Amino acid sequence: MTMTTTNDLIATAPVRRRFGGGDLAGLAVILLVAVIGYFLFPNNLALLTRIIAAALLVLSLDLVTGYCGVATLGHAALFGAGAYAAGIASAHYGINDPLAMLAFGIVAGAVAGLVCGVVILRAHGLPQLVLSIALIHLFHEFANKASSWTGGSDGLSGIAPTALLGLYEFDLWGRTAYVFGVVLLAIVFVVLRLIVRSPFGMLCRGIKEDPIRIRSMGASPKMALTKMYVISGAVAGVGGALNAISTQVVGLDSLSFTMSAESLVMLVLGGTGSLFGALTGTVVFMFFEDVVSAANPFHWLTMVGALLIAVVLFAPKGIYGTAAAFFARRKEAQ
Amino acid sequence: MQPIFEVRNLKRAFGGLAVTNDVSLSMAPGDRVALIGPNGAGKTTFVNLVTGNLKPDSGEVRIGGEAVTGIDAIGRVRRGLVRSFQVTRLFADMTPAEHVALAVLQRSGRAGRLFGNFLGMPDVMAEVEELLGKLGLKELMHRKVSEIAYGQQRLLEIAVALALKPRVLLLDEPAAGVPQSDTGRIEQALADLPADLAVLMIEHDMDLVFRFAKRVVVLAAGAIIFDGSPSDVTKDPRVREAYLGSYANASHAA
Ligand SMILES: Nc1ncnc2c1ncn2[C@@H]1O[C@H](COP(=O)(O)OP(=O)(O)O)[C@@H](O)[C@H]1O
Ligand SMILES: [Mg+2]
Repeated sequence: MTMTTTNDLIATAPVRRRFGGGDLAGLAVILLVAVIGYFLFPNNLALLTRIIAAALLVLSLDLVTGYCGVATLGHAALFGAGAYAAGIASAHYGINDPLAMLAFGIVAGAVAGLVCGVVILRAHGLPQLVLSIALIHLFHEFANKASSWTGGSDGLSGIAPTALLGLYEFDLWGRTAYVFGVVLLAIVFVVLRLIVRSPFGMLCRGIKEDPIRIRSMGASPKMALTKMYVISGAVAGVGGALNAISTQVVGLDSLSFTMSAESLVMLVLGGTGSLFGALTGTVVFMFFEDVVSAANPFHWLTMVGALLIAVVLFAPKGIYGTAAAFFARRKEAQ
Repeated sequence: MQPIFEVRNLKRAFGGLAVTNDVSLSMAPGDRVALIGPNGAGKTTFVNLVTGNLKPDSGEVRIGGEAVTGIDAIGRVRRGLVRSFQVTRLFADMTPAEHVALAVLQRSGRAGRLFGNFLGMPDVMAEVEELLGKLGLKELMHRKVSEIAYGQQRLLEIAVALALKPRVLLLDEPAAGVPQSDTGRIEQALADLPADLAVLMIEHDMDLVFRFAKRVVVLAAGAIIFDGSPSDVTKDPRVREAYLGSYANASHAA
């Protein structure tokens, strides 16, 4: 699968700092949007929290697809693993501390990432895509069959997180959950910015372009991609755990092909190979799904479809990627 | 001296055509060997076979006395067998500095690091600047590779190989596509190589071959037909025939 990326924008920067002004600005934008969202939709914080959870899934997908070129339609497996692990820890084991639940989610996501990575990375191109689809169906079926653990098609209920840090109860308005989500997203964003520009991030960019070249430099693409899958799983696991903690149910849809496909759509919409592309795509898609579908329940999917076609045809770098490229050109022209 | 690199009875056929036909060759540390031969003689295939990019039908490859026939390309690089590519293989979206830094980081076991950036690693940057300076690429080190000239990309291809600090270096037509004005840089870089490094260079530019090599190996139709000193190679009747024959065949085919 070849995709136009926005990596090139980063690559032209002559000097890069470890965590520089650009990162702080990025973080500031995320927090600003989060605050605006809070005041714009005070009665719909649950939706905003769901958007954050989805954004974590799309960021996670961006790591393997956007940065490493892996084709997958099964990425929700990592998200669902995190959600179920956090949920099961609470519902079955009475581990109700949200941070402990989060830890379960991260570990389960990373393990699912390892499993999926080992399987998916055995193939390339179309066979790889097929493997990923097979995997998500297996995960889904497994969760469905193990209903004494997962609640099967009824969903897993009985999740009861205690107060965050012993101080902040998860209130009915979803304020605590929202702030929790924003903080998690900010932390993940900072960590991923560091990883993306680290030696490992550079290695992955090389693998995406030419794995044979990387091999003749003595590095193993498979090892690196497996590692990236584990990291990606941990990130998706954060999203899954956040979902379980904030909604207090986990359904089979969190482990579905549909969710996997939608996350890919969100990523392409925003632009692959850049963290902001992933975030932009998620917000736009979820906005359409929730706000536009409420206003126009019959045509919102048509609109999303039309938007997607328009983006792929006329702005193949995605909404964010295209905008960033436009401003980079303007800046260069000056 | 104990050979650092040894190939024994290497064979590989493509659809019945023996492209590498029972090739044996050995090199000692410090050797400067030129591998020449007409187009299609099997030179690149030979490199692909010994580096593990292709699987031989039979035969053995040894690095520093160790048989590596069952070891993949990555393992052979880690044992010090490094190649460059005849057709440049670089990362279009990356800069020369990033290419060399990646090689240096990989060599020093730091390519998997999740934090930091090579621009902030003084030892890496020192090596990057030194190597790129030597090859005249320092001014371009932060430009994207897709924006620099092909001749400069050829030089970068060599820089990446050198950054891996090989024990055996296989250069596949390093000067092909490099403008005459820049071949001097390649020669200088070759002259500056560590004395104990074994280098095998595939090259068509005979001037370069004669200045560089102390030993010339001629490959024709997949077999070694000459292995000796540069002064003898042009006098050898089989070598002359191979080159004439290949030109005759080429004109016949065309
Ligand atoms: N993967 C391949 N499959 C089939 N034939 C090949 C392959 N690689 C090389 N050959 C053939 O092997 C012969 C030698 O090619 P090569 O090693 O590239 O020659 P040289 O580098 O000496 O010009 C050519 O006839 C070429 O067509
Ligand atoms: Mg060749």
